Amino acid sequence: MQNNPPILEVRDLLKTFGAVVAAKDINVDISKGEVVGIIGANGAGKTCFVNMVTGYLAPTEGSIKFEGKELIGLETRKITHAGISRSFQVSQVFHSMTVSENLMIALAIANNKGAQALSLMDTPELRRQLDGVLDRYKLEDHKDSTVSALAQGVRKLLDIAMAVVSKPRILLLDEPTSGISVEEKFDFMDIVMGALKEDGVTVLFVEHDMEIVARYVNRVLAFYQGEIIADMPPKKALADKKVQEFVIGKEHHKKKK
Amino acid sequence: MFNDKTAKFILLAGLVLCIGGAFAPNWIVNQFMFGFARALAILGLMVLWRTGLVSFGHAFYFGLGAYAVAILDIELGVTDVFLRLLAGAVVAGTAGFLVGFIMRNYRDIFFAMLNTAISMVLFGIVVKTESLGSTDGFAISMSTILGFAPESKYPLFVIITLIGLTSALLVNFYLKTTVGKLTTAIRDNEIRVEYLGFSVAHAIHLKYTISTILAGGAGALMAMSLGQVDPESMINWTVSGELVFVTILSGPGNVIAPFIGSLVFEVLRTYAFELAPQAWQLIMGATFLTIIFFVPGGIWSLLEKLGGKKNAK
Repeated sequence: MQNNPPILEVRDLLKTFGAVVAAKDINVDISKGEVVGIIGANGAGKTCFVNMVTGYLAPTEGSIKFEGKELIGLETRKITHAGISRSFQVSQVFHSMTVSENLMIALAIANNKGAQALSLMDTPELRRQLDGVLDRYKLEDHKDSTVSALAQGVRKLLDIAMAVVSKPRILLLDEPTSGISVEEKFDFMDIVMGALKEDGVTVLFVEHDMEIVARYVNRVLAFYQGEIIADMPPKKALADKKVQEFVIGKEHHKKKK
Repeated sequence: MFNDKTAKFILLAGLVLCIGGAFAPNWIVNQFMFGFARALAILGLMVLWRTGLVSFGHAFYFGLGAYAVAILDIELGVTDVFLRLLAGAVVAGTAGFLVGFIMRNYRDIFFAMLNTAISMVLFGIVVKTESLGSTDGFAISMSTILGFAPESKYPLFVIITLIGLTSALLVNFYLKTTVGKLTTAIRDNEIRVEYLGFSVAHAIHLKYTISTILAGGAGALMAMSLGQVDPESMINWTVSGELVFVTILSGPGNVIAPFIGSLVFEVLRTYAFELAPQAWQLIMGATFLTIIFFVPGGIWSLLEKLGGKKNAK
């Protein structure tokens, strides 16, 4: 599938919640520069996979290595330090602060490690970086708006921008276009994917919208009942019988008719 | 550190108060000493409150600071104001740092009540221990200042004012640092803070320890101002409640707010007691209700509105 050596290696991943198996037999390698779409019906294990890679959930069994280093057991912030970042299905931002304040905090944490966290946050250098992020993610018009007053799409952009300021090598996006109108979704993804491509970030994103998948990814991982049932280029994946039946649901609709 | 409005106001206020205190009657000097001593503890609670944490047990640290002064006085004859203050802050800060390992794992009502529980343990120990003065407590000798024994309370007032305002400047600086800015951020969204790469537990631990150092310093200064310590007025849960009351009365908007709020509280309590010795709590309670219903941002938000600021925080 990929020509470069893998930077993320997932082996025999299993996650159970009591008798419920949320993920099993997950084996996948991700190479640098890939844009991977993770698709599947609700409850197929997509977000569970993202949560395990980013340390939100501890796998029951298996191994996740990033650049050769085992991630299992690491706290979420240590995984961020290692170079993996994420955005969320429901934007995780600081709702009582402005867009600029949100980004300033994200930039300050990324820049000021350890004892440097006790240095002044608002510096000319940080302001310069802030202007850069606002520009790349088209957030200038909203910079002084409080997050709670923003539209969903802008919050999503902010969530992703905050995840990226730590300069991750891998970014996982959980349903980046959910809650965004049909008219806006491509503009939104153009901004996000354009900025990420510039930075050379490897991207994995969970997505339900097959138009988005077809347009932006170069590889698809299709999940069904906690397992990967297809790992192939998007064109092939979207035409695959199993994917059509278990992910897209075409067979189901045909039968109904 | 000195180039923002708040810092400039603090410096100017310090100058005016130190000069004004020389001409003020004793009762006013006393009100300011008690108010500013308590304000140190409020400053720490304000840092916690901005993080979304309320402690109903900071009398534990307030009491540790006060009793450190008393024990140093009785056992070692230490009377120097700076040594007493340092002892109060260090004892309370060390206890706060150790207790912080537990507290950083709790939020909301559990955080509030665990603090209460710990303060009640100390209260129980002190009340039952003769060598700690039991319910009577201890009288404390007058403080000296670098070997000089002042005849009036004015020098102590100047020191308390300067220590209070220096603490306000330091907290003002802290709130502008990266970890200081994480107060509201943690209150809003701990998950995002962790995913940005900062440990919420470490940030809360630091804030908690800062608040305990300030509460210990406050207790030490209060003990020196009053000239006595006893468990009822230094450690009991009602003292913790009083500290929370003044924090809400002050508002979290600015580091100056605790000093204004504490002074208002002192004056209010004095006059409430004078006006209705048997029902002064009724006046305090009514004030508390009025603040919560009509000025939830505290006195500071009221001042901001009067000053025409639209974005009161």
